[in-house]
Amino acid sequence: MAQLPFIIQEHQFQQLKSVIARLCVECAARVVFLVDRDGQMIAIHGDIGDMDTTSFASLAAGNVAATSSMAKLIGEDVFPSVVHEGERESIFISVIGRSLLVVVFDERSTLGLVKIRAKKASYEVAAILEAAIKDSAAFSTGPNSVFAEITDEDIDSLFS
Amino acid sequence: MTFINYASREINCKIVYYGPGLCGKTTNLQYIYDSTAKEAKGKLISLATETDRTLFFDFMPLELGTVRGFKTRFHLYTVPGQVYYDASRKLILKGVDGVVFVADSQEERFDANIESLYNLEENLATQGYDLMKLPYVLQLNKRDLPNIVPLEDLTNELRRKDEPVFEAVAVNGTGVFDTLKAVAKQVLTELRKS
Repeated sequence: MAQLPFIIQEHQFQQLKSVIARLCVECAARVVFLVDRDGQMIAIHGDIGDMDTTSFASLAAGNVAATSSMAKLIGEDVFPSVVHEGERESIFISVIGRSLLVVVFDERSTLGLVKIRAKKASYEVAAILEAAIKDSAAFSTGPNSVFAEITDEDIDSLFS
Repeated sequence: MTFINYASREINCKIVYYGPGLCGKTTNLQYIYDSTAKEAKGKLISLATETDRTLFFDFMPLELGTVRGFKTRFHLYTVPGQVYYDASRKLILKGVDGVVFVADSQEERFDANIESLYNLEENLATQGYDLMKLPYVLQLNKRDLPNIVPLEDLTNELRRKDEPVFEAVAVNGTGVFDTLKAVAKQVLTELRKS
């Protein structure tokens, strides 16, 4: 079967939001994303404008997947961070276990500042995600699970 | 891996369309994209070569509706079909919740289907998945062409378990949504079991 679901609970989501909100301010970023390595957006803070954030998350994950495989081909275990520098906007991605901290910044910030601040935030994010992963198994099968109650009719109704 | 966010009340699942080169994986996604209401879909992203062959993946998010107060969002991916893009295919399978195998029904592609299905099983295994236990649908595409393998022969050769099998003509949409529904249902049923 597929792996057990990865569940973020309300309080964990709020903790993550507050870490990335602080990071966004501290490094004067335009926007900070937390993305699952499978390409699912976990949390966002900042100015997204009309950016397609779902596609952005999927492409960020694809990008890290590709560069991680390139790392292995040259004998590196993993590239812990990936940087793309543009003329105006740049992207810094830090790999934290099974998630990615993605900082989009412009000339109001610098790569050095982003790296330093992101490192600190990544420890906090890692701790929250570790707790979420631990809780996921118990939560999905526990008495609080709403998914055990999904009926065939519920599923059919999605396609009617 | 299904991702559930209790704060935003969302369920996110990943479905991968697999199959040999030019079997119609991207065409499936393109048809779903063209026939879905604006509110239910995001952009269709295609990382393709200059000749429109999939280089890394195609991607589109699709929102199906609400189950028990949770928005269900399916992320649909295709893999590149050509044999030499195997590294990319492995990456796309990471975190997969359900697989659609799109077979090309033409006689001359018979062996390519078998090779691709074998490649799918192998690549799933390297990611720690077992095709026999994963939500899975077999789609026999291009049924409108004259030189096709009979339905029974193709099914006998490619069916791995009791998975649903659909005949399809992806270019005109025949069987496309039946395939998607069948795999999505299996994914949600797995979620109930987990």
